[in-house]
Amino acid sequence: MFWEVTLNLLKGFGVTCEVFALTLLFALPLGLIISFGSMSKFKPLKLICKVFVWCIRGTPLMLQMIVIYYGPGLVGKWAQGIENPGAIIAWLASWTVFDRFVAVLVAFIINYACYFSEIYRGGIEAIPVGQKEAGQVLGMKKSQLFFKVTLLQVIKRIVPPMSNEIITLVKDTSLARIIAVYEIIYAGERFIKAEGLIWPLFYTGAFYLIFCGVLTLLFGYIEKKLDYFRG
Amino acid sequence: MSMLEVKDIYKKFGKIEVLKGIDFELQRGEVLSIIGSSGSGKTTLLRCLTYLETAEEGSVFVDGNCVFDAKSEKHVSSSEARIRQLNFGLVFQSFNLFPQYTVFDNVCLAPKLLAKEREDYRANKKAIFEEIEDNARKLIERVGMTSRIDMYPCQLSGGQQQRVAIARALALNPKILCFDEPTSALDPELTGEVLKVIRSLKDGDCTMVIVTHEMNFAREVSDKIIFMDEGVIAEQGSPDILLNPKTDRLKAFLNAFNQ
Repeated sequence: MFWEVTLNLLKGFGVTCEVFALTLLFALPLGLIISFGSMSKFKPLKLICKVFVWCIRGTPLMLQMIVIYYGPGLVGKWAQGIENPGAIIAWLASWTVFDRFVAVLVAFIINYACYFSEIYRGGIEAIPVGQKEAGQVLGMKKSQLFFKVTLLQVIKRIVPPMSNEIITLVKDTSLARIIAVYEIIYAGERFIKAEGLIWPLFYTGAFYLIFCGVLTLLFGYIEKKLDYFRG
Repeated sequence: MSMLEVKDIYKKFGKIEVLKGIDFELQRGEVLSIIGSSGSGKTTLLRCLTYLETAEEGSVFVDGNCVFDAKSEKHVSSSEARIRQLNFGLVFQSFNLFPQYTVFDNVCLAPKLLAKEREDYRANKKAIFEEIEDNARKLIERVGMTSRIDMYPCQLSGGQQQRVAIARALALNPKILCFDEPTSALDPELTGEVLKVIRSLKDGDCTMVIVTHEMNFAREVSDKIIFMDEGVIAEQGSPDILLNPKTDRLKAFLNAFNQ
């Protein structure tokens, strides 16, 4: 029985890892783009980014997931009811419900990109202006300044808050259960209904613990690697 | 022909006029010290020269070539601006070394990045880099930091960091080397070692503009002194003006210093 449960949970854990990895893969760069937007000198862009980040950080991830899952279908229904549709309405009418997994990913990527963007922004703005000026008087281009001077200093500064956020992400993946994505919590819960067993659900905690433990070690290693300089 | 010619520089921050018409000239190999109390515009002048600030009016010529003209400044492309920038080197009050690089890499970084723009970069990459690295080693030796060439800035004292910063600025072979209060963040002992390096550069025929509060050093090393007060040059001349000031303002300033 134990092996059967473990195998089932591992299957669910696979999906958990997929959500985790794909979210990171897309949210890390997207967050950087959003952070550039919210530091932009072009006021409208800055405002849009700030408002967007406010909306995403100001509402629960669970709600965002539900809206993204059900929203397009509702818009499609509404658009189909309109007579004499124009091109845009006709396009909206073609909207249907997202695939569950895709909806989860979209919600997670957007949500985490916003949190990451604020961490990036904090890290970039904390770099002393003298670094930029030093690069400038040495004839560096903006891109060289960013990649050769600023970036590693930013990374060093953001590793601790990032590791915090990424460890939170591991556990947030369990929210996918809400729209019935077969991740590990769902896998554990199934044993309650099917076999009347509650311990498989408790057992899922071990998987999270191990995963977070590995991540903690990894981030500790990165912090140590970057320990050779100060600033 | 003058090495550096500064004409009629005006600079405002908001409504506050910081520079109100600065004119001066400097010959090749000369050392100019700019003195004056805090807020007199010394640092702003230096930052205008090195393009960290943009003056509203005025122009700057290096070796007879216009490198800044407030009237046409908006039309200058960023790559053109970068080339002009290289006429000047700048040593900061707070050193501003790149913390993630060793002494050696701090000195090599900018020349290596610039070398990428050379036409023969691909073909001669190895030779170019060797030349840059040799030059960097020589400069590091010149500022007496050879024994610490592989250390990171956080492992160095302030004086040592400043000496590396001087080597870093020299690595791009600027026509004019500017110092913005290079010893103000250092204690007297460390000040000495940095001043010694600057002194040795004078013997090496370097044209320098130094903003400083070290009066004795200014008198000893300079060919020319400018005393700034409230955004104008209140007095300028040979280092002797520090001994025999003509204007009351410079007298008052020097008195305050000697007390």
